[in-house]
Amino acid sequence: MIEEHAKIVQFIGAADGITGRKKLQKMVYIAKKLQYPYKEKYEFHFYGPYSEELTLRVEELCNMGFLQEERQDKGSYVQYKYQMTDAGEHFTQMAQVPEATRDLVACIDQMKNKSSRFLELVSTLLYFDYLPKEEQIEKLHVVKGKLNFTKEEIDEAFTFVMNLMNERAIQ
Amino acid sequence: MSYATQKLAEEKVFKDPVHRYIHVRDQVIWDLIGAKEFQRLRRIKQLGTTYLVFHGAEHSRFNHSLGVYEIVRRIVDDSFSGRPEWDDSERLVVLCAALLHDLGHGPFSHAFENVFGLDHEYFTQQIIVGDTDVNEILKRVSEDFPQRVADVIGKTYPNKQVVSLISSQIDADRMDYLQRDAYFTGVSYGQFDMERILRVMRPREDQVVIKSSGMHAVEDYIMSRYQMYWQVYFHPVSRSAEVVLTKILHRAKALSEMGYDFEQQPTHFRGFFDGTYTLDEYLALDEGVLLTYFQLWIKEKDPILSDLSNRFVNRKLFQYIEFDLAKDYMKMKELELLFKKAGIDPEYYLVFDSSSDLPYDFYRPGEEGERIPIHLLKPNGEIRELSRESEIVEAITGKRRTDHKLYFPEDFLTKDGKKKALKKQILDLLK
Repeated sequence: MIEEHAKIVQFIGAADGITGRKKLQKMVYIAKKLQYPYKEKYEFHFYGPYSEELTLRVEELCNMGFLQEERQDKGSYVQYKYQMTDAGEHFTQMAQVPEATRDLVACIDQMKNKSSRFLELVSTLLYFDYLPKEEQIEKLHVVKGKLNFTKEEIDEAFTFVMNLMNERAIQ
Repeated sequence: MSYATQKLAEEKVFKDPVHRYIHVRDQVIWDLIGAKEFQRLRRIKQLGTTYLVFHGAEHSRFNHSLGVYEIVRRIVDDSFSGRPEWDDSERLVVLCAALLHDLGHGPFSHAFENVFGLDHEYFTQQIIVGDTDVNEILKRVSEDFPQRVADVIGKTYPNKQVVSLISSQIDADRMDYLQRDAYFTGVSYGQFDMERILRVMRPREDQVVIKSSGMHAVEDYIMSRYQMYWQVYFHPVSRSAEVVLTKILHRAKALSEMGYDFEQQPTHFRGFFDGTYTLDEYLALDEGVLLTYFQLWIKEKDPILSDLSNRFVNRKLFQYIEFDLAKDYMKMKELELLFKKAGIDPEYYLVFDSSSDLPYDFYRPGEEGERIPIHLLKPNGEIRELSRESEIVEAITGKRRTDHKLYFPEDFLTKDGKKKALKKQILDLLK
């Protein structure tokens, strides 16, 4: 159990902080789909794959002082920024979680530089990755019709996933 | 008349302690209730191990599924019917989804899923679209109907209104289980005015909203949810039972991987131990099967499997202490070492458990784009998030929502025997 907590602290530490709960949710999901060992259970919600377990775990880690949550008021909505604390860093060392591999760090870095809209697109496509590509796209338009993803964005998403998979060396 | 619109000659009713009566007029619903995959839910308790704390909590997923169906039936037939924002052609798909939403739950499903890396939602989908009696019934409506029902449950259905009736922060699933779990556990916390909520629910594009005049009924619902979580769902003794159950399954799996020669061969578990399980094997499992194995495993030669099985069957559960991981994680490491020295395997007998390991959540307004909150519909047509209107809800949404415990077999440490000084050292650390 502790190990799963420590892996999330390590993930956020490797990203040097993550802004946006949605972004964090999608980043962990994409990493999980790339077979990095995260155990949080995901279901499909209105904004794509979402893990209640991850939400709770992050709350716990904030309560424990291993993560710092910063609330940013954006006017019409609130955004949260998460960062690993010194105690969190110490915790990951004590929990003996293997150090994040170079490919995981690179993957996190690439995801972090993308918008949460783009990560929502990528994670939704990955959620339907058991379908042939055409049906995957069709399903995306059904569940995300309002977001009007363009062909260019979808192509970019597939390329993005392919690159991450190549770096991870999985197909 | 098509099968989709076929009605029973006479309405059937089930007596129900929560909703008084559950009404069935549709032939499809009646046939689904009779399907063997649905009848299996009678043998899966709604609250898993909670019956070891609240002795009345023996109700099943069958009871709950009928209850969710009945709530949705009342919403679509009584509250939504005839409203322009509601498409009545969605009635049958949402009723079927309500009835079948928990179809894939396994025995003591939370622990079972954790140990074997399974997901009941996946099995729900598989039972609906696979080669089953349920699928055969749904296909009589239309070839694509099973997939439509599966999509509603999987929350990937195009009409989000339909999805939100089954799965949102104020849905039929939660409204049933809060009341039902309160009734069967005997606690008084889970009560709220559901009739009022149903009367003020309104379909809107992509979601279901609540007329602001019904805010106080919703506050009651949120409060009952909050209290049920702390008083029932997070109950530390029930969690202790779940910890022991999880460790039995872990041990059986580990022994199987080591080639241990079981006296009672775990035939029903083989596919889950090595990941080769089939849907039929999954459906063959229920809580009766698991409890039979646990009873027989008490006699196994392996002392850990035998002891853990005895603990679960005879309710000799682990003791627990509050455990602040932030302050005490060094202590955890020390305890692991001392347990090993004392000949007690910490892998099975020293367990940190947190509330995020439980399948329940609290109401949270959430961040933009995270998850849909409860929305109130003001008289001027404006839509406002609940916690921005209700001081009560705002007050509890900001409260502590996490809880951590450390579980261990106190009797191992207190009984007379060898290594007394070491065991005393452990007990001192656990104080």
